[in-house]
Amino acid sequence: MILLATLLSLPIFTIASFLLYPSNEIWQHLHETVLNEYLLNSALLMLGVAAATLVIGVGCAWLTSLCVFPGKKLFAWALLMPLAFPGYIIAYTYTGMFDFAGPIQTWIRDLTGWGYRDYYFPEIRSLGGAITMFSLVLYPYVYLLSRAAFLEQSVCVLEVSRTLGCSVWSSFYRVALPLARPAIVAGVSLALMETLADYGTVSFFGLGVFTTGIFRTWFGLGDGAAAAKLAAILLMFVFTLVIIERWSRKRARYHHTSSRYGSLPQYRLRGYRALLAFCACFFPLLFGFILPAAQLGLWALETYDSMVDASFVALTLNSVLLAASAAALAVALALFLAYGKRQFSGKVVTASVRVVATGYAIPGTVVAVGVIIPLAWFDNRIDSLLSDHFGISTGLLLSGSLFALMFAYMVRFLAVSVQSVESGLGKIRQSMDEAARSLSYTPSQILLRVHLPLMKATVLTAFLIVFVDVMKELPATLILRPFNFNTLAVRAFELAGDERLADSSTAALMIVAVGLVPVLLLSRGISAARAGS
Amino acid sequence: MTSQLDVENLDAGYDDQQVLNQVSFSLQPGEIGCMLGPSGCGKTTVLRSIAGFEAAWRGRILIDNREVSNSEFSLPPERRNIGMVFQDFALFPHLKVEDNVRFGLQRLGRQEQQARVQEMLAIVGMPAYAQAYPHQLSGGQQQRVALARAMAPSPAILLLDEPFSNMDVELREQLAREVRSILKLENNTAVLVTHDQNEAFAMADQICVMNEGSIMQQGSGYDLYHRPLNRFVADFIGQGVIIPATVESTTTVKTDLGRIQGKNRIDASPGSMVDVLIRPDDVVHDDASGESAIVVEKAFRGADFLYFLRMDSGIEVMCLAPSHHNHKINERIGIRLNVDHLVTFSRT
Repeated sequence: MILLATLLSLPIFTIASFLLYPSNEIWQHLHETVLNEYLLNSALLMLGVAAATLVIGVGCAWLTSLCVFPGKKLFAWALLMPLAFPGYIIAYTYTGMFDFAGPIQTWIRDLTGWGYRDYYFPEIRSLGGAITMFSLVLYPYVYLLSRAAFLEQSVCVLEVSRTLGCSVWSSFYRVALPLARPAIVAGVSLALMETLADYGTVSFFGLGVFTTGIFRTWFGLGDGAAAAKLAAILLMFVFTLVIIERWSRKRARYHHTSSRYGSLPQYRLRGYRALLAFCACFFPLLFGFILPAAQLGLWALETYDSMVDASFVALTLNSVLLAASAAALAVALALFLAYGKRQFSGKVVTASVRVVATGYAIPGTVVAVGVIIPLAWFDNRIDSLLSDHFGISTGLLLSGSLFALMFAYMVRFLAVSVQSVESGLGKIRQSMDEAARSLSYTPSQILLRVHLPLMKATVLTAFLIVFVDVMKELPATLILRPFNFNTLAVRAFELAGDERLADSSTAALMIVAVGLVPVLLLSRGISAARAGS
Repeated sequence: MTSQLDVENLDAGYDDQQVLNQVSFSLQPGEIGCMLGPSGCGKTTVLRSIAGFEAAWRGRILIDNREVSNSEFSLPPERRNIGMVFQDFALFPHLKVEDNVRFGLQRLGRQEQQARVQEMLAIVGMPAYAQAYPHQLSGGQQQRVALARAMAPSPAILLLDEPFSNMDVELREQLAREVRSILKLENNTAVLVTHDQNEAFAMADQICVMNEGSIMQQGSGYDLYHRPLNRFVADFIGQGVIIPATVESTTTVKTDLGRIQGKNRIDASPGSMVDVLIRPDDVVHDDASGESAIVVEKAFRGADFLYFLRMDSGIEVMCLAPSHHNHKINERIGIRLNVDHLVTFSRT
């Protein structure tokens, strides 16, 4: 168990150790030329995404949890759907739609008779565009957590504020919002972690930020040490976010002073207010899901014949097999960790589980660099050892193999399955085990008759979520995949990079379709998830 | 020996910390025992040691004259023939009520299982809920199912760990009486753990009052209230005050409230000072009495008033008066002592 945790934290420590690594020439060069640009772009990107997800997420959460207007029930879960879009896919789609040759601009020209450069049209492939793209697909994190926080609030607290003279709106600003603040902060930090982790979008938009910088330094300049140093700086950003997120979650626990949960007050909106609320919820859904999905669908219809062939099937099979085996491994390891923690609740064990749980925050690019450095070192040692003593050259044993990829997936996604399995196991109280034992069941019978039926759903959920995450994963796969080994995500990225946006749509659409699975899982529980009922 | 449960000089604890210190008691078949004490006194540890979830450090436990725990050996819980009702009931959420009750009957044939399940559900008054799932039941109903499940295999000992603590206060005593009658119906030997003395009085034949890992006194509720052996039991069971007194003879003492005649020999020489326990029901409101005191505080309790009185000497006592005697605060009322059981403690 401790071994597993050590192994999985190896990449993080490798990267972190590069902070102390002496600077070389290339690093000097980076420092003088692009580092400031990376810092500035990353900061602006984070600022923009934070502001936009905050407004959209909290606004929609408030409307769907405490107001009544047409379509409210539908919006409550449909607003999660943009989560199915990986950032890079929505970025290609909008680029295709808003490009000079795309349908929107063509339509404007046809309508007005203008020609090239006769009119102003915002450039989608810019910092502002990237902020818009990220906000459209990441606001559901803020929405999900703040909605849960609004729903958890005791009705008493809100009613007390009304009796003390607050109007509906001032009780929102003065009571509900401050109470939900820890959850909102946690949601924004999650959205920002995803923003920092992204490679596909920023690289497609040609933005200089850390993830693209790591790629350029590694593959363009061929300097692993400088790339790792960049990764280390990115890691510091991420850890700051992790600390903020954990800290605000911890505070959230102490917030409930009253435990009475009657049904929440519902403010009925009429007339233009209802229309406003409807639009406020409809636009994020329209731009974050309906429009890009429709565009992808149209493209897929056009290019379906030429794109779907034997190699596409093989590609899909590759992706599915890879994702399924990663998910199975993640669930198996998660079960091992969770049962270990339940059985031996020591400090070391708990700490190991916690270390493993940090991986999810680490950008795929960083994980990939952190995986490849120790593995390459190991490969080279084995190779030189064997060729010195036996005259055999093993070449790259691990770092160019599926093992490296699997290792990276575990570092990044094991946290997801551990969290899911732990929460499922947490519901099986110790007293249930004891009740079964007092009824003459042996521990192994209990596993079979009590745990298995109760854990089935959780294990399946954990499997699904890791499966989908692996399907969507881009940067780590791009760096670590064995030569000529392709997945849907990589293929979509490559085609889009060659400006064959329409051709990439079939692969992209499949990823989005798979991505909808956890969204539906989440949304099924969302209206039922109300404390005290 | 005919007893159903024997706990002999039991020491037990968690990690390095000893929780139980020389705990001994026995129960006859069909008897209901109760471990009563404040939280952290070790009462739950006693129960978990009997169940086999905790090992004995020293001493031993016998169930039905079979040794199940000693310092070297601990029979696993599943082989002890016990039934247990947990504080949170621990019903299996994925099983229907009838399957929960059936859970411990896997050694019986299909038809016998069905018959026993029906019988148990009838005893606890839940036959209509056989097909329901635990989350569809109220707390009291879950409690009954948990009881039926624990009793279904006819265990040698039934263990109940604070079974009413999740219930509404008004329901607790009623449920305790109900559970008692169900246990008596099946002639079960049972051990109850609780911190609520009313629950203990309503349910148990034998009560062990525990404090800091030791049994302070064992007896019926009547004995514990009227014949407490030490200050802890006197203080923990019921209400009352302790006032100073002078020993006059081997059976009488003199207090500010008057002379008290006891039935038993006082363990102190005449002329020395002792402390005397005065219960609220030992002080009778009587306007004809020569003694009087001032009402400091009062609590109306429906059938009676509990008055807190201060006497001229500054000593405060409590007095239980019929509910018709409504006096104001600061009013002076006549009182006299009517002590059936004289309880004295040497002064410290």
